[in-house]
Amino acid sequence: MSKALEIWLALAAGALMAAAVAVPLPPLLAFAIGAVLAFALARLPGRRRAVSFATPEPGAEPPGAAAVEAEARESREMSSAFAQDLVERLPTPLLIIAQGGRISFANSAARAALPRIRSGEHFAGVIRAPAFVEAVNATFADGGERTIEFTTLRDQERFFEARVARLPETGSFGPERQVIVRVDDRTQARRAEQQRSDFIANASHELRTPLAAIIGYVETLQHHARDDPGARERFLGIMAREAGRMRRLVDDLLSLSRIEMHEHLRPSEQWSLNQIAFESATALLPVAEQQGVHLRVEVPTGGAPVAGDRDQLAQVFANLVDNAMKYGGKDAVVRVFAAPPSKAFPNRVGISVSDTGPGIPREHVPRLTERFYRVNASQSRNKGGTGLGLAIVKHILNRHGGRLEIASAPGEGSVFTVWLRPAEAGPAGEAVATEERAPAEADQRIA
Amino acid sequence: MAHIVTAFDEDLVQVQARISEMGGLCEELLSKSLECVQARDTDLARVVIERDRALDLMEVALEESVVKVIALRQPVAADLRVLIAAMKIASTLERIGDLSKNIAKRAIPLSAATHGRVTTSIVRMGRQTLVQLSDVLNAHAARDVDLAVQIWNQDYEIDEMYNAIFREVVTYMVEDSRLIGMGAQLMFIAKNLERIGDHTTHIAEMVYYIVRGKPIGEERPKGEPAGVDFIRA
Repeated sequence: MSKALEIWLALAAGALMAAAVAVPLPPLLAFAIGAVLAFALARLPGRRRAVSFATPEPGAEPPGAAAVEAEARESREMSSAFAQDLVERLPTPLLIIAQGGRISFANSAARAALPRIRSGEHFAGVIRAPAFVEAVNATFADGGERTIEFTTLRDQERFFEARVARLPETGSFGPERQVIVRVDDRTQARRAEQQRSDFIANASHELRTPLAAIIGYVETLQHHARDDPGARERFLGIMAREAGRMRRLVDDLLSLSRIEMHEHLRPSEQWSLNQIAFESATALLPVAEQQGVHLRVEVPTGGAPVAGDRDQLAQVFANLVDNAMKYGGKDAVVRVFAAPPSKAFPNRVGISVSDTGPGIPREHVPRLTERFYRVNASQSRNKGGTGLGLAIVKHILNRHGGRLEIASAPGEGSVFTVWLRPAEAGPAGEAVATEERAPAEADQRIA
Repeated sequence: MAHIVTAFDEDLVQVQARISEMGGLCEELLSKSLECVQARDTDLARVVIERDRALDLMEVALEESVVKVIALRQPVAADLRVLIAAMKIASTLERIGDLSKNIAKRAIPLSAATHGRVTTSIVRMGRQTLVQLSDVLNAHAARDVDLAVQIWNQDYEIDEMYNAIFREVVTYMVEDSRLIGMGAQLMFIAKNLERIGDHTTHIAEMVYYIVRGKPIGEERPKGEPAGVDFIRA
């Protein structure tokens, strides 16, 4: 094989591989990857013979030369390491699957997109969508390239597009036949689309009621109530209340859509859940006093750290405490405390918010986290609820892989418990966990 | 010797991959059958009914390969548990497929006239069931006992949703006798979903059994069946 021919071959193979891998990338980049490959391969001194992307034909090798064979193996190892390096550095999530289904390689982008992925395991354990499984099997069988779409459900729905192509048999990723898969996460785009229609539906439906009330009162004030100072005062009060409700509704809708947008991205920062609950609940003490509610924050310091978004978790507790106070009513006792370990949620960290309110009939409990679901619509409106508080809690917990447990019965009050997985012990986790503090429950108890 | 061990290892990997694939197909059947109910799509319903056959074939193939592995390799301890559990999970998944198919079948007569509000509740319950199924399949693939136990304890939420739908549907049927035919179909769909929820807890038990080598061995929390006392004579 002449050197010129070999460079061209490597160039073509490189471009082909790059093309298989990165179809939407501009051709220039594909060419550049090919050129880099060609250059690198041509530079391997004295090993030209063994460097080839085609399968060495049986019988075509020079007979009996052990030295040549050893040299060939060594160069295969080098080009294999190079190919792996190259795939590893590409920013697109790429999987390489060996015949039989085991994952032979997953690059860093793929490991970030699909956290459960492990080299050496069967791909169906990570992506079991039938469309995907069928495409991979078919490509192994006929060598054709395929583009498919699939969805996965892990805490929340995610949308992917995958392109499957067979790799030339270079042995770079193992002796078996291999396919390369590009997996693109399309969740964000899909969500944006879905949200736009949800938002319009919600906004138009829920905003119309207060808006109609305001318009009605404006008309009354323009006409027969124009010269009635008593009525004017009263109507302005109602208008201010309705406008306030509209503002809260818009705020809640906006924060809900912000949360949903990033719901598929797990937060990684570590925080003490107890601390967040404590701060978030104590911030509401003035409101409790104003409403005549006994708010008792009994969260000990420390506790296992969780991976989370601090502001969002604070919002969870603010919403839960706010609800408890709202529906508990005057003289109710609202407690915020660390949940005792539960058999139903093994190895999870829990914080409970309880109230001594009227409780919730059981047929309503499964639907509480639905958007705009209200047990008693007029009561909720009078208390200034938007019907979105628990929906926001649920979406935040979804993002954190957590759960909301609701225990309630009429006449017995309600307990809302937030359960989160403790953060995996990393360097940061240890730092928080070893921060020994005396259990200072008494210090933080505020009645 | 090393070679034999690796080949056996490969057998186990393949058996579990088949379980994941069956699980993936179950998820698809369930999610499509819910789509049938929601969108009143009778064509899609026929696709689901047809597709269930593939699941039946997969179950037969899996059982055969498990029997073969047991006969040839004579596994013990953890390996044996994986294989026994695989057989049980496969037949559970096959049943989940049947129930999903049944939902799609019932969606066909429903497509003519559907009560919007009840449909929303049922689809919501179905989504929750689907999430539970996905979770348990993830727990199986990752051998996540904690997640399995959590799912096992959580199924009463689906029971409660079923009870809420039961009340809702009965109320509509009492109010308007023309809705009885449709109400009965909806009730069966909800019951199928509730059964699927129960089956997922069985898979959760299998995950526990594979890892811990013993049954969970407690009474699972279940929702109380809804009474009929709320109906006014």
